[in-house]
Amino acid sequence: MMNWRGAIAILKHELARFFRTAFGSILSPVLTTSLYIVVFGAAIGGQMDPSQFGGASYGAFIVPGLIMLTLLSESTSNASFGIYMPKFTGAIYELLSAPVGVAETILGFVGAAVLKSLIISAIILVTARIFVDYEIAHPLLAVGYVVMVAASFALFGFIIGLWADGFEKLQIVPLLILMPLTFLGGTFYSVQMLAEPWSTVAQFNPIFYLINGLRWTFTGSADVPIGVAFGFTLAFLVLCVAVIAWIFRTGWCLRE
Amino acid sequence: MSEPILEIRGLEKTYKGGTKALAGVDLTINKGEIFALLGPNGAGKTTLIGAVCGLVNPTGGSIHAFGQDTAKSWREARRKIGLVPQELSFDMFDKVIRQVRYSRGMFGCPPDEARIEQVLRSLSLWDKRDAAIRELSGGMKRRVMIAKALAHDPELLFLDEPTAGVDVELRRDMWRQIDALRAAGVTIILTTHYIEEAEEMADRVGVINKGRILLVDDKDAIMAKLGRTEAHFTLAEPLAKIPADFLDYPITLEDGGTHLIYRGGDGTGKGKREVAELAQRLPGLGIAYTGLETRESTLEDIFVDLVEQGAQEQAA
Ligand SMILES: Nc1ncnc2c1ncn2[C@@H]1O[C@H](COP(=O)(O)OP(=O)(O)OP(=O)(O)O)[C@@H](O)[C@H]1O
Ligand SMILES: [Mg+2]
Repeated sequence: MMNWRGAIAILKHELARFFRTAFGSILSPVLTTSLYIVVFGAAIGGQMDPSQFGGASYGAFIVPGLIMLTLLSESTSNASFGIYMPKFTGAIYELLSAPVGVAETILGFVGAAVLKSLIISAIILVTARIFVDYEIAHPLLAVGYVVMVAASFALFGFIIGLWADGFEKLQIVPLLILMPLTFLGGTFYSVQMLAEPWSTVAQFNPIFYLINGLRWTFTGSADVPIGVAFGFTLAFLVLCVAVIAWIFRTGWCLRE
Repeated sequence: MSEPILEIRGLEKTYKGGTKALAGVDLTINKGEIFALLGPNGAGKTTLIGAVCGLVNPTGGSIHAFGQDTAKSWREARRKIGLVPQELSFDMFDKVIRQVRYSRGMFGCPPDEARIEQVLRSLSLWDKRDAAIRELSGGMKRRVMIAKALAHDPELLFLDEPTAGVDVELRRDMWRQIDALRAAGVTIILTTHYIEEAEEMADRVGVINKGRILLVDDKDAIMAKLGRTEAHFTLAEPLAKIPADFLDYPITLEDGGTHLIYRGGDGTGKGKREVAELAQRLPGLGIAYTGLETRESTLEDIFVDLVEQGAQEQAA
C-alpha cells in the first residue's frame, strides 16, 4: 500500500525549504534571464534579420530557449540538492526508517523539484513579457512539454544527488555538461545561422531538440519537427526512469 | 510468559569495508519492557538498531517485529517503530513544529495538531515550537529528535544513547519521560554507556561486544547472579587464621592477617546481612577492628568483567 501521506510530507518539506529561501531561489534566475533578454534581445536582437528566425522578433525567439535554460538547471539542481542534503546532514535516517518506498521518495523529491522549477519558469515567463512581446501558439502543448522536461531533468538530478558524495559532484554535471550544451543548443540562435560543419554538429546535442521543441510550441516553427523533439524528450524521460529502476533494484544506494 | 514484540535470529552484518559489526545476534524483546543494550564503542549497538529500523541491510539472519518478517512486511513494521539515532541530524533551518509534523506525515499518520502539541509539551518544547532548530541548545535538539520519533506514536521505540552529552538534570528528566512512555505501553530498547542508566531504567539488560551478545537477563537476576558484596575489615591485631566459627563465610585474610575480607552475597541483600553478622560477632570473639569498608558491585563491574572475559576467550 502506497504511503501517500509520506510522499506528501516529503513534498511539503521540500517546498518549504524552497519558500524559506524563496528570495534567492527566485531572484537569481529572474535577474539572469532579464539580463539575457535586455542584452541579447534588445541590444543585439534589433540588428538582426527577423526572417532568420521564422519572422518573430529576436526577443520572442530567445524566450523559449531561456525558459528551457532555467528549467533544466532548476529542476536538476533542486532534485539533486533535495536528496543530497539529508544524506549530508544525516537526516536521511528518518527516510530510511519510515514506511516510505522508492515511489514515495521519488514522488516527494522529484515532485517538489518539478513544482519549484515550474514556479520559477512561470515567473520568468511573466517577467519576460515586460521586455518582449511573445505569443504562445500552442499553450497546452507548451505546458505539457515543460512539465515533461522538468520531470525528466528532476529525475536526472535525483540520480546525480544519489550518486554524489560531495558538493563538487553535485555541481559538476550541471556546470560542465548541462550549461554548455544548453548554450550550444540554440538558445540564442537558429542552427540555420551556423555554417557547416557546426550546424550538423549541433544536431548531436540532445538539448538542441528540447529547446526547439519548446520553441515550436511558442512560435509554431523550429529547427526540428515537434514530433522529433517530443520523441527525444520522452526517450530521455524513459532513460532516467530506467536508470532509477536499476539503481533501486541493485539496492538503495542510501542504505548501508 | 510475556509476548515477544521483536525476535532477532542469527543476525549478521559485514560492512562493505569488511568490518564484521554483527556476528550472529539472537535477541528477543518482550512487549512493554525496557531493554538496555550495553557495550563498549564499536560493539555493534548502532548497527543492530539500524538493521531493525531499516538503515542497514543485514547480510544474514532474520528479524521479526510484531510477529512479521521485517524484510517482507517492512511498511507495517516501520509504521510502529520509532528511532532516535545517536547523532543529531535534521534540517537545522527548519522550525521545531514543522519537523515534528513532517515526521508524523512521513510515517503515514493523518495530521493531528492536538497530538503534536501533546508531544511537544511533554518534552518541554512547546514554547520553542516556532524556533529554528539551529537556535536550540544541544539538549533541546536531542528532545526534538525524540519528539520526531514519537510523532507517529510508535509501539516500539529505539533510543540510541539518548542521554549522551546531556547534563545530569536533563538525564533524570529523560528517564522520567522514558518511564512515562513505558507506562503508556511503549516497548523501549535503549543503548547506553551509563550503567547507572541501565540500572535505573531497564527491566532487562543485554551486553554486546564485538558483534556478539554476551549475556541477556533480567537486571535483577544479573545482579543476583553476579552481584557481590565486598567488605574489608581492618583488624587491630593480625590474625593467624580464620576463626573456626566463621569457616562457613566466604572470607579470606590478606596483608599478613591484618585485613579480613568478605567477598560474597548475591545482590539480594544476603551479602549485606552476612557482613552485618560478622561485624556483630567479631568483637564477641575478641577480634577488634579499626575500620570497615563495604562495597556493592554494580552492573558496571559485571559489564567490565564480561567484556574482559570475552576478550580473553577470544585471545585463547
Ligand atoms: N557505515 C559503516 N561502514 C563501515 N563500518 C561501519 C559503519 N558503521 C559502523 N561500522 C563499524 O561497525 C562496527 C560497529 O559499529 P557500531 O556503530 O554499530 O558500534 P556501537 O556499538 O554503536 O558503538 P558506539 O558505542 O561507539 O556508538 C565498528 O567497528 C564500526 O567501525
Ligand atoms: Mg553507536
